[in-house]
Amino acid sequence: MIAESLALSAALFVIGAVGVLTRRNAIIIFMCVELMLNAVNLSFIAFSKVYGFSGQAIVFFVMTVAAAEAAVGLAIIIAIFRHAQTVNLQNINLLKG
Amino acid sequence: MIFLASLAALQEPVGGSHPLAGTVADLIWLVPALPLLGFLINGILSLTSVAKVGPTDPHAHHEQHAHEGHADAQYDDNDAPTRHRHAKIVSIIGPLVLWAAFGLAASIVGVLAGANAEAPFIRSLFSWMITGDLSADAALQVDQLSMTMTLVVTGVGALIHTFSVGYMQDDPGYPRYFAYLNLFVFFMLVLVLGANLPVVFVGWEGVGLCSYLLIGFWFEDKVNADAGKKAFIMNRIGDFGFLVAMMLLFANLGTLDFLGLREGALQLGEGSALVSAICLFLFLGCTGKSAQIPLYTWLPDAMAGPTPVSALIHAATMVTAGVFLIARTSFLFALAPVASLTVAVMGGLTALFAATIGLKQWDIKKVLAYSTVSQLGYMFVGVGVGAYAAGLFHLVTHAFFKALLFLGSGSVIFAMHRAYHATHKQDDAQDMRNMGGLKSFMPYTFVLMWIATLAIAGIFPLSGFFSKDEILASVFARRHESTLAEAHWLGIPGSAVLTIVYAFGLIAALLTAIYMTRMMLYTFHGQNRTGEAERQHLREAPWVMTGPLVVLGILSAFGGWLNLPEVLPLGPVGMLHHWLEPVTGEPALHITKGAEAHLSHATEYALIGLALAIAVTGIVIAWVRLKPAALVPKEQSPEAEGLERVLAHKYYVDEVYDATIVQPTVGISRNVLWKGMDAGIIDGLFVNGSAYLARAFGWLGARLQSGQVGTYAWILFIGVLVVLGSVAFR
Repeated sequence: MIAESLALSAALFVIGAVGVLTRRNAIIIFMCVELMLNAVNLSFIAFSKVYGFSGQAIVFFVMTVAAAEAAVGLAIIIAIFRHAQTVNLQNINLLKG
Repeated sequence: MIFLASLAALQEPVGGSHPLAGTVADLIWLVPALPLLGFLINGILSLTSVAKVGPTDPHAHHEQHAHEGHADAQYDDNDAPTRHRHAKIVSIIGPLVLWAAFGLAASIVGVLAGANAEAPFIRSLFSWMITGDLSADAALQVDQLSMTMTLVVTGVGALIHTFSVGYMQDDPGYPRYFAYLNLFVFFMLVLVLGANLPVVFVGWEGVGLCSYLLIGFWFEDKVNADAGKKAFIMNRIGDFGFLVAMMLLFANLGTLDFLGLREGALQLGEGSALVSAICLFLFLGCTGKSAQIPLYTWLPDAMAGPTPVSALIHAATMVTAGVFLIARTSFLFALAPVASLTVAVMGGLTALFAATIGLKQWDIKKVLAYSTVSQLGYMFVGVGVGAYAAGLFHLVTHAFFKALLFLGSGSVIFAMHRAYHATHKQDDAQDMRNMGGLKSFMPYTFVLMWIATLAIAGIFPLSGFFSKDEILASVFARRHESTLAEAHWLGIPGSAVLTIVYAFGLIAALLTAIYMTRMMLYTFHGQNRTGEAERQHLREAPWVMTGPLVVLGILSAFGGWLNLPEVLPLGPVGMLHHWLEPVTGEPALHITKGAEAHLSHATEYALIGLALAIAVTGIVIAWVRLKPAALVPKEQSPEAEGLERVLAHKYYVDEVYDATIVQPTVGISRNVLWKGMDAGIIDGLFVNGSAYLARAFGWLGARLQSGQVGTYAWILFIGVLVVLGSVAFR
């Protein structure tokens, strides 16, 4: 059971990571980040089966942080969209040296 | 064995229980302090008169008035317009501090003679350097050697200071001159009185500094400033040797006090390479300071300074510091026969070499300069063969007659200069071709300079006869039964080397008589060549100048009585020899293997007769062969030809040094060190290179900051992979 859970977690994490690295739409990247977070949550849950409940406690923290992050992140994306009329990250490169 | 005996004597506690403690010898610090005081006062007078005094600068105004005192009103009335406004007070302070120091030194010598002290009296003023194992006090050493030198420095110095009052009074830089001269005496006294090598080194460097300042005293003329620099730089080469010797001594004996060095000297090993190296490095220092081959060329150029400076620094005192140093460290030289032979050979070579150049110089001071180099060579022969008392005896008598010769030439130049000045003629006041027949104009100077000339030539019974003869006799005696005779110098047996040195000494004595007679003939005899109008203005110098000459004349004539040889008992025999015994007696005995170097009386009489015959021959040759009447003034003189030309150009040694050392050094400095090292590597590679490197990194970093979040994410991802990988596959 734990092996399957970890395999699923790893698969979800890789999907998320590849999405973050390859996609250009800020919303999709954001969703991929969420996917990575939840992949980690899943592995925490899986490990708690073996090592005790502290893993599950941490998952609550992660979910809380993810919720806050979603609020702030979406707000930033909306602000960017209002400013640049796009959420394509290739067009947003003001922070270059 | 001898050294062990001396060691026992030295281990007596010094300080509180020393017979000199609590006497006037405690005031020894005052002897150098007095000239230092003179330097401060004269220096302040010199500085305050340069600054413009006005209401905006109340401090300077106040100070000037404090020093002027009541004599202020008299200045403008009596004095020549160029005369310095503080000239009167300087004329009093400058010589006065020297006379006071001389008086104090004389009274200390009196106590020292009465105390019959074997061990030196060390007066420690304060602890100066304590770093690691090194501990050096600012300490002065009162012993027979240092007090002999102190008497010469302050005594001859006081006479020359007095002479300077007449010679330099009208110079605009008069207070500056006396400030430097006082400072020189201070450093010279530190040199001779120092109880350890660092203190001596301070004096050694200080006199070099003052020599530089005084050679370039008239620095508006570039030639003079260059001569000062030349002296300073050549002395630096010698100082390197002094420093290395000092470090070697400290590394091996762990002390730099003369007392400690003397006790530990035997640990260096008799005749070992180490002690030879130390002595040779010390001698390198001496060749610089005392103008011996190969570092002698600065001394003739040093004649660019005022003539009393030449008399004091470049004849009587500073240049004899090397001889003093060897006598001071005689306990080392006695252990190093090879180094001692080197000293003797270089001394003999220098004596001969400089004497030949002296034959063909036209500048009266240049003749005396080469004569000084030559006579210093004699002193080094003396201390080189271990006859330390004889070397110092010649040092003392030479201080008398050479100071007299220089001051006499100063009087002559003064008179010539005054004559040219009166008629507004521009000509060389120092060239003997412009002189001639001065005896009728300057009778005192004429007679006194003849006394000095006969003394330096070695005519009985004048001082130079005794001292030069003692050196030559010592060389002759040490060809047998001495450590030197048994040693080998560059593969040559020591006895053969000493024979050659003796021959050099004899030939140099002949040449000395010739060139000195030549100088006198051309300067004082024959027709006057100064010029019709100028002749009216030739006069004897004022008494403030002639007076010191008279005193020096008496000393030159009777200085020989300081150390009469046994075979000529005209008075107390060998006074200086016995006086110096506590300092140089043991090392000298070590070289002669415990026995006093004795020649049979018949041999000594023969040597004396030979020396005298040579001196007389030289004078006669010069008198017969040279025709002052045939001379024409400098401007009409033809160029010398052949060998004469080589001599007149001093064997082209300056040119050779220039081509072999100076030019390559300048070339390397310019092309390698400046253009290659400094401009190329340091500026190009390091300074600008690091700037270029920083800029290149900045450019790379800027390219990295593309502003593309995706790129950042990739970099982050790769970084995480690297970190995880390095953790996983550790």
